[in-house]
Amino acid sequence: MRIDKDLVAAVATPLVLSIVADSPSYGYAILARVRELSAGELEWSDGMLYPLLHRLEELGLLTAEWGRSPEGRRRKYYSITRAGTRAIAQQRAQWSTVTATLDRLWQRSGGQPVLGVTP
Amino acid sequence: MSAVLETRIAEWRAQLRVPTAITAEEAEELEGHLRDEAAVLLAAGLDEDEAFLIAIRRLGAIDAISAEFARTNSARLWKQLVLPAPTTPDSRSALTGLWWALGIGLVAAASFQLLLGSVIGWPGATTGPGTPAAYGLLTLMPVAALTIWLLVRRRDEASGRRRVLLALTPILLLTIGLALGPLGPRIAGGEWFALVALHAPIAAWLSVGLADVGAAWRDVPRRMDFVRFTGELAIYFTLLALGGGVLFGLTSAIVAPLAPAALPWLAQVGLGSCAVVAVPVSAWLVTAKQSIIENLAPVLARIFLPLVALVCLGAAALYLVGGAQRGFDREFMIVFDVLLVLVLGLVLYNLSARGTGRATGFFDIAGLLAIFGALVLDTMLLLDLIDRVGDYGWTANRVAALGLNLLLVVVLAVAAALSALQLGGRTPIAALERWLMSTLPAYSIWAAVVVLVLPLVFGTG
Repeated sequence: MRIDKDLVAAVATPLVLSIVADSPSYGYAILARVRELSAGELEWSDGMLYPLLHRLEELGLLTAEWGRSPEGRRRKYYSITRAGTRAIAQQRAQWSTVTATLDRLWQRSGGQPVLGVTP
Repeated sequence: MSAVLETRIAEWRAQLRVPTAITAEEAEELEGHLRDEAAVLLAAGLDEDEAFLIAIRRLGAIDAISAEFARTNSARLWKQLVLPAPTTPDSRSALTGLWWALGIGLVAAASFQLLLGSVIGWPGATTGPGTPAAYGLLTLMPVAALTIWLLVRRRDEASGRRRVLLALTPILLLTIGLALGPLGPRIAGGEWFALVALHAPIAAWLSVGLADVGAAWRDVPRRMDFVRFTGELAIYFTLLALGGGVLFGLTSAIVAPLAPAALPWLAQVGLGSCAVVAVPVSAWLVTAKQSIIENLAPVLARIFLPLVALVCLGAAALYLVGGAQRGFDREFMIVFDVLLVLVLGLVLYNLSARGTGRATGFFDIAGLLAIFGALVLDTMLLLDLIDRVGDYGWTANRVAALGLNLLLVVVLAVAAALSALQLGGRTPIAALERWLMSTLPAYSIWAAVVVLVLPLVFGTG
């Protein structure tokens, strides 16, 4: 199943923030984690992650620091800030509203609960 | 990882440097990603070419990434004038250049103030009008600072000692000539003050040129580069002077009620020193920003070339129809010199921005018309002056102005002929460039004649 581009773009921010909130990480590992969690369904052009990371950094939701990879190459590690944690909470509230709304709609028309998080 | 992959990554990285929306740090981060991906693919058993190609494909098109970066931060489309963080070797060497510029500038400013203070007087305690030689030496200071800064910047290049010797000779000769010549105590002043102050730096500009191009001073393209450098330097200096002027005005307004006695100090020592330091700093700005922002001189040249062409042709037509209502004032000569210099500069900077092909463009025609109009006007002025030369007699001022005028007329007339020929397809544009470049030292040499020889001729009278 291919996920719509706009939807990927919308989910990218909470996804990246939440992954980094789990533990500080770098670009390649973040993408690998997305792939793993979505079983490869949720993919976007790798390069597009970096502009997003930098935007989140500029918004103060992430901080970045240059570190070293095990092989000794310079690598940029991102970690969550307090504002980032707050942003995750907000995003979470928004997403559950959205999914709950869709769920109620689709259940009424006789379907099975798709999103499964009706509060 | 091995050589094949390294070459591929290096090629890709070079491509990445072109879209300026991506900074060096971001490129490094993307490269790290590429290497991680390639390593995983290699471990999965792909060969290097395959691993690289797939990693590149997954990363996505560079254009799209840089467009996305630009959208994230639209400010970066305005190419950055601020200094990058001193993490890359490039920016570190740029910073070193700035420190040198400041250091050399401050030493020059200190010498400037000492000379000014001892010859003409400290603020509020004028000791005398000074001598024309002192004015000449004062104006040499910033030029010397610039020369030394250029020499320091290029100290690692080959033929270093020869370059230093070559570059310092004109300034040293001028300094000796001014200090020991008749302009010191024997000629007390009058017209010489402005004459020397104006011509000494032009003569000394030879040093700046030699410091910049070094042993390649015969080379036409290198001379052209130096012309570009000079143009950008003038623009940066003007911008700094504008900013400095505003700051000085504000400071004076604030200080005046608090400590009125400080104002002359602020003007002479503060503003004077800043002006001297601003010269090497402008040069540093030109070199540090060379690759970052558009060169401005050709842009200005293209804006003003058609306008100046209109003015010159209009004025020439007016004169031909109505004649001059009054005879040309002899002081008018300077105005015409400035006009010719302006036309020459516009033609030169227009030329500096164009390719080597045949010129049939709008700006080349405008340039030819501007030269033509300026020459017609100038010829009429010269005829008018020669007609009545007996009324005036020769003074140093008139000889200096007339000499420059003749020089410019010759240069521009040949340039006009070459322009016309190449518009007609007879000669390549390179001929025009070669002519304008080969005549460059003539201005400095004439200025040196004014500073060093004319006092010997007129000073004794």
